[in-house]
Amino acid sequence: MPTFLAAASTVTSGQKTLTIALFLVFVAVTLYITVYAGRKNRDATDFYAGGRNFSAMQNGIAIGGDYMSAASFLGIAGIIALNGYDGYLYSIGFLVAWLVALLLTAELMRNSGRFTMADVLAFRMRQRPVRVASGVSTIVVSIFYLLAQMVGAGALVALLLGANSLTAKNLTILIVGIIMIFYVIVGGMRGTTWVQIVKAVMLISGAALLTIFIAFKFGFSVSHLLGAAADKSGKGDAFLNPGQAFAKSSAGLTGKLDLISLGVALVLGTAGLPHILIRFYTVPTARDARRSVIWGIGIIGAFYLMTLALGFGAAALVGSADIKAQNAAGNTAAPQLAKKLGDDIFGTTGGTILLAVIAAVAFATILAVVAGLTLASSSSFAHDIYASSPRRKDSSEGQEVKVARVSAVVIGIVAILLAMKAQTLNVAFLVALAFAVAASANLPVILYSLFWKRFNTTGALFAIYGGLIAAVGLVFFSPVVSGKVTKGVNGAPDTSGSLFGLGTDFHWFPLDNPGLVSIPIGFLCGWIGTLLSKERDPAKYAELEVRSLTGVGMERATAGR
Amino acid sequence: MSTPVDDNPQYEVHAQSRHAAGVYEQIEDSDEFRELRHRFRSFVFPMTAAFLIWYLLYVILSAWARGFMAHKLAGNINVGFVFGLLQFVSTFLIAWLYSRYANSRLDPLSAEIRHRVEGSL
Repeated sequence: MPTFLAAASTVTSGQKTLTIALFLVFVAVTLYITVYAGRKNRDATDFYAGGRNFSAMQNGIAIGGDYMSAASFLGIAGIIALNGYDGYLYSIGFLVAWLVALLLTAELMRNSGRFTMADVLAFRMRQRPVRVASGVSTIVVSIFYLLAQMVGAGALVALLLGANSLTAKNLTILIVGIIMIFYVIVGGMRGTTWVQIVKAVMLISGAALLTIFIAFKFGFSVSHLLGAAADKSGKGDAFLNPGQAFAKSSAGLTGKLDLISLGVALVLGTAGLPHILIRFYTVPTARDARRSVIWGIGIIGAFYLMTLALGFGAAALVGSADIKAQNAAGNTAAPQLAKKLGDDIFGTTGGTILLAVIAAVAFATILAVVAGLTLASSSSFAHDIYASSPRRKDSSEGQEVKVARVSAVVIGIVAILLAMKAQTLNVAFLVALAFAVAASANLPVILYSLFWKRFNTTGALFAIYGGLIAAVGLVFFSPVVSGKVTKGVNGAPDTSGSLFGLGTDFHWFPLDNPGLVSIPIGFLCGWIGTLLSKERDPAKYAELEVRSLTGVGMERATAGR
Repeated sequence: MSTPVDDNPQYEVHAQSRHAAGVYEQIEDSDEFRELRHRFRSFVFPMTAAFLIWYLLYVILSAWARGFMAHKLAGNINVGFVFGLLQFVSTFLIAWLYSRYANSRLDPLSAEIRHRVEGSL
């Protein structure tokens, strides 16, 4: 069994101990910070928005922390390592997407909202239905994203600690879940933001270290690196050209449209991600929100440039055969690269240490991202669904925060249980789905709310539910859920490339990615819904427009903490 | 329109501001505010269209113009790779341009309006 041999040669007991030790140090440090930061939490503004007194730089780094998930660190490095050029496309979409947030949403939302996305959407609408719709779509996006990360954590522990049993994976998911719930209920937004900052600094440092080693190894020549990667890939020059992962020539027009669909969802999804949106509320002014996005763009851009080096470096130094032997999707390319670089430069001990460091960084990354998602969804449940309930006329902010904490526990437990159930399934599509839902259900309604005077309650409900149902429905009837067959190589049996196993096929939507269809549906539904209703409130739009552009009446930072 | 939520103390910020709605319409109609909105929209709308088209061009060429993207420019560096790097460059550039524009053209005007309005509310 080559898989076994490869695993045995990579995972040694010394490295395991070191990985676990480093991870425990990260957990200890962040738990301490969380408890310390949590002690300063007094009111709802502290819990939901960290008192709004983070600096632009701090929030910018935290934006990087919230955004650079294990999927992008391990996943993109892996796609590049196995498919060369096509992996690059992902990172570019993820980065360019930030311009939507910078130009169209960050400042206006900071000026006109308080704690959640719904604050802006419901501003001039009937509160209850719009808040509930917005809460539902926030929770759906967050759960998809959470599941992808937590299943990833289970898979990672198998690969990095050599623990392949289901029990070990379940245990990892449970531990990740418990720590994540703790961060959120004890630290609130303030604690979670500091966790993001610590994690982002670790991740950037780890990636930078590997990038520097690669740069030296290839004499600072990009061409040399690309050439070595192409040679070792076994695909030659084709490795550096489009078409290895997406829109293969065999897939014809469907493949090409699928690629466009993915690209569109990536670039339009970011600005609608709930855990990203609530970051804009943690700074004192709209100007700081703008500056924090610019910091975020700088950090995220630098990071994706480094994943390029990591991906091509892994292709050149580790080689696709060894990467695939560990993990067919390439998720271990970055850790394997760390091991190889360490071995080459410092000898076996160096390799062990470097692998342990990168593995610990990967765990820290997962932990921080899931905490951000849990916070976003529990905030939205408490602030939008619970507090707007007609029966809760008397609910105080203190009570609302209590509900937010309880819902963090509930959402955390649901995510743990679902992730345990889902870990034998192929859930690689969940991150892309989360982006597609965010782009289809959230972005249209945000843009209409901010820029279209005529927009009304019916329009908002149509846009949210229409986009949500279109995105989730099309994925359900797409090949990622049923009917895709991955041909076995070298006589190996065929496996299912879908969520359901071989033999189940009820797909009729040809594309893996729904964005190309579901995003226009979201916009179209919003437009139709608006025209169907006579509701108009020019006075409220005037207020929203003035407030969003000038910051009149904006929520203030908590002073002097 | 009165829903139970409108009476909820949580949303009293909005309820209070309703009395000032007339003021907001006056501001929205003022020359200064029109100028601010014009400056904001005349930068962000064309810029958004530009970067989306520029990005879509990259994705579309990756799907349909394989030969062009594979064309080697120097050593192993091909058109697609450079095109991708230019997406990074354009993103950084637009962020910088917007930051500069907002600092000099938007912030002073919006602060002026805000101070005036907050004095009158």
